[in-house]
Amino acid sequence: MTDEVAVLGVGMHPWGKWGRGFVEYGVAAARAALADAGLEWRDIGSIVGADTVRGGYPGYVAGATFAKALGWQGARVTSVYAACASGAQAVNTARAQILAGLADVVLVVGADAAPKGFFRPAGGDRPDDPDWLRFRVLGATNPAYFGLYARRRMAVHGDTPQDFAQVKVKNAALGALNPYARYRKPVTAEEVAASAVVADPLRLLDICATSDGGAALVLAGMEFARRHGVTDPVRIRAVSTVTPRYPNTVLDLPDIATDSAAAVPPEGTFRESIARAAYEEAGIGPEDLSFAEVYDLSTALELQWYEDLGLCGQGDAAKLLREGSTALGGRIPVNTSGGLASFGEAVPAQAIAQVCELTWQLRGGAGDRQVAGARAGIAANQGLFGHGSAVVAVR
Amino acid sequence: MPRTRTPVVAGWFAGDGDDFRLLGTRCSTCASVFFPREDAHCRNPGCSGGDLEEFPLSRRGRVWSYTDSQYRPPSPYVTDPELPWEPYALIAVELESERLVVLGQAVPGVTVADLTVGMEVEAVPGVLHEDAETIWTTWHWRPTGVAA
Repeated sequence: MTDEVAVLGVGMHPWGKWGRGFVEYGVAAARAALADAGLEWRDIGSIVGADTVRGGYPGYVAGATFAKALGWQGARVTSVYAACASGAQAVNTARAQILAGLADVVLVVGADAAPKGFFRPAGGDRPDDPDWLRFRVLGATNPAYFGLYARRRMAVHGDTPQDFAQVKVKNAALGALNPYARYRKPVTAEEVAASAVVADPLRLLDICATSDGGAALVLAGMEFARRHGVTDPVRIRAVSTVTPRYPNTVLDLPDIATDSAAAVPPEGTFRESIARAAYEEAGIGPEDLSFAEVYDLSTALELQWYEDLGLCGQGDAAKLLREGSTALGGRIPVNTSGGLASFGEAVPAQAIAQVCELTWQLRGGAGDRQVAGARAGIAANQGLFGHGSAVVAVR
Repeated sequence: MPRTRTPVVAGWFAGDGDDFRLLGTRCSTCASVFFPREDAHCRNPGCSGGDLEEFPLSRRGRVWSYTDSQYRPPSPYVTDPELPWEPYALIAVELESERLVVLGQAVPGVTVADLTVGMEVEAVPGVLHEDAETIWTTWHWRPTGVAA
């Protein structure tokens, strides 16, 4: 088992459409995390920024961008990009530096300022870029892929649009309790059903928005935490950053086709392997979890994660939802933060925000959305082009 | 002046009518099939690497899943903003012998209401869009029960 690192501080800038630059959100989150940790910026030996592709050059070098905005103080700097998994890469980089003895205490920051409407590829003609090709050749937006996954679940597992709507109802109720969420109003199943179809069978309220937001963590070695007077911190016990294994047989964003399984038999799916790697590293299993944060880019995808995390058997996710097991007060509450349904996606900040929620829950500080007796949580995510992302935190 | 017919991506499909095929490649060492085509290196990590030869994919397969685009996709998808948006269906098709899933647009006129998972479809030549000089061609999936 890998050694643990302590989460000394967490901070977020509220999600929304604020119309300002990503740096402002990231710095606000960083200052909040530092204050939460009881540390000054000048105490930080290393900063890791999760990049955004939407902020021009400063976004590609986010670590330095945030360091400059906070005031140059000579810290070691790293900038990482892995699409939706950027935050987990940043957490993992910080952890590796701490466990390798390169830094005692590391600031992790991610922030984004999102466009209106669909995400689109970077400009220019790039026929060797799958992300460009799927728009050029097929007009296949992100929601189109979510629609494919949802329809597949309906055909194979018997999920219904009503099940999908119930995920939104659950997450909206939790998001209403989270001051950092963008959408803070309860939603009814009728409202989901009355919203416009975007990508059949999914409707507008089944699909997560794109948002502005920022999130930050202060991570430290266990010895530093003790010296700092924190004797029982939330600890990160595992970070899974695995790639798929060939052949990858589930059609993944932004690909136009899967790998062929004709010559090599597949061994499970990529998403299953993300969780498995996290569990193996943490030395726990899904039965040990108190709660989970999953990447609900769509309502149907949240159900898929239940199965891929092993919270239930294959095909049983809708049953788990219907019996209330994943609601607050259930056996394994999922997305107590309100999830992407309540936040919208701020790509490089989102996996970090998931760890903020893990931390608040494990500290017993999640207020009205607190999971009673929370001891272990997982945050799971998947980045475009084959970036696995999962974090296990315990207390 | 007659407009030229140009594939939206070179080398991904060829042929007319019943001879139309999506074109992948196959590794001469491990027989792994790739679409979109890999022409430089076999991606099977257990393969020492062989020559990649052009390989026409099966023309028919079964619907793995489907959806549609009720809203106009952003650029580089080409649409005429002057015209009202006409949704089209997208179909992910599982090819049995290649054991891979290929996404494509449905032929015009086929909507999600016409589709079910498991239905047989076939790859047919189609037109993605046209401009003053060029007819940009692509592949479409068409249910085999639908007349041309």
